[in-house]
Amino acid sequence: MNGAMRFIPLVVVLVLFAVFFTMMSGDRNPKEIKSVLIDRPAPAFSLPSLEDGAAAITEADLKTGKPLLVNFFASWCAPCRAEHENLMLLAEDFGLNIVGIAYKDTPEKSRAFLDELGSPFSVVAQDIDGRAGIEWGITGVPETFLISADGMIRYRHWGPIVGDSLQKRLLPKLEEIQ
Amino acid sequence: MRAIMLAMILFVATACSTAVLAVAVDEKPLADPAKEAVARALMKEIRCLVCQNQSIEDSNADLAKDLRLVVRERVAAGDTPDEIRAFLVARYGDWVLLEPPFNHMTAFLWGSPFLILLLVIAGVTAARKKSAAEPLNRKEKARLKKLMKAEDKS
Repeated sequence: MNGAMRFIPLVVVLVLFAVFFTMMSGDRNPKEIKSVLIDRPAPAFSLPSLEDGAAAITEADLKTGKPLLVNFFASWCAPCRAEHENLMLLAEDFGLNIVGIAYKDTPEKSRAFLDELGSPFSVVAQDIDGRAGIEWGITGVPETFLISADGMIRYRHWGPIVGDSLQKRLLPKLEEIQ
Repeated sequence: MRAIMLAMILFVATACSTAVLAVAVDEKPLADPAKEAVARALMKEIRCLVCQNQSIEDSNADLAKDLRLVVRERVAAGDTPDEIRAFLVARYGDWVLLEPPFNHMTAFLWGSPFLILLLVIAGVTAARKKSAAEPLNRKEKARLKKLMKAEDKS
């Protein structure tokens, strides 16, 4: 141990400090798993509409020639309530089409939820057994997918769109594809 | 009287516990025991994406239950374990497998133990080389001789 060699342990410790600090201070959520569907076409699905007598909702409904959002929600999900205000804002102020997918919920409860809070959705599909959720690789609700005009998934928002995540994450991605 | 009471308590207790068990085991295993064994083995390899450090085989999460259902369905339909793994990886990524596969993303993960081993070997050999006694030079030899002589005299 002489000369520069003696500082090696100190350097190692400082580097580790820097690594841990950046990992902790970033807004990275360790529970969030990167979606593998980014830049891939939206998965195929066919789900009954929440509206009585309406035709089934399929991936074809996602190709409107404009970007849109697909939002998985449930009446039993508290964070979904928290983000509802922002979804209303996106639908009303930004004129964004939002396709709602009621994840593992009964139609009565989904309707009651939307009657109470207002519906930001252009259409609502019912994923009663959660199979469509698996096709989209969701791990819970809410999760929101940004679909570009050509039907490709460009961004997945994990968890509720609350706080500054609308301004910092979702809107920049929306601008990017517009 | 007491015996009857005791018997009644026991009866109620067992009735309750079986009722609880009946709720927990709400899933139907596959009729074919060989296929069920394949499904079970596969479930042990699949990560529960909600609890994250459990397999779907021993997780109570709703999503784990749904994924068990998917695994059983696919095994029953004759899919191979590799096909089922590929199905899940296509939706959830490599992370859904409790044992990550070796690819360019995980090369460092798998390689790091060997890398550390190499570093340790390099470090130890360097340290040993240094600590091995170097032969004395002329000056040192002369000093040693002097010291020895002084020792002899005393």
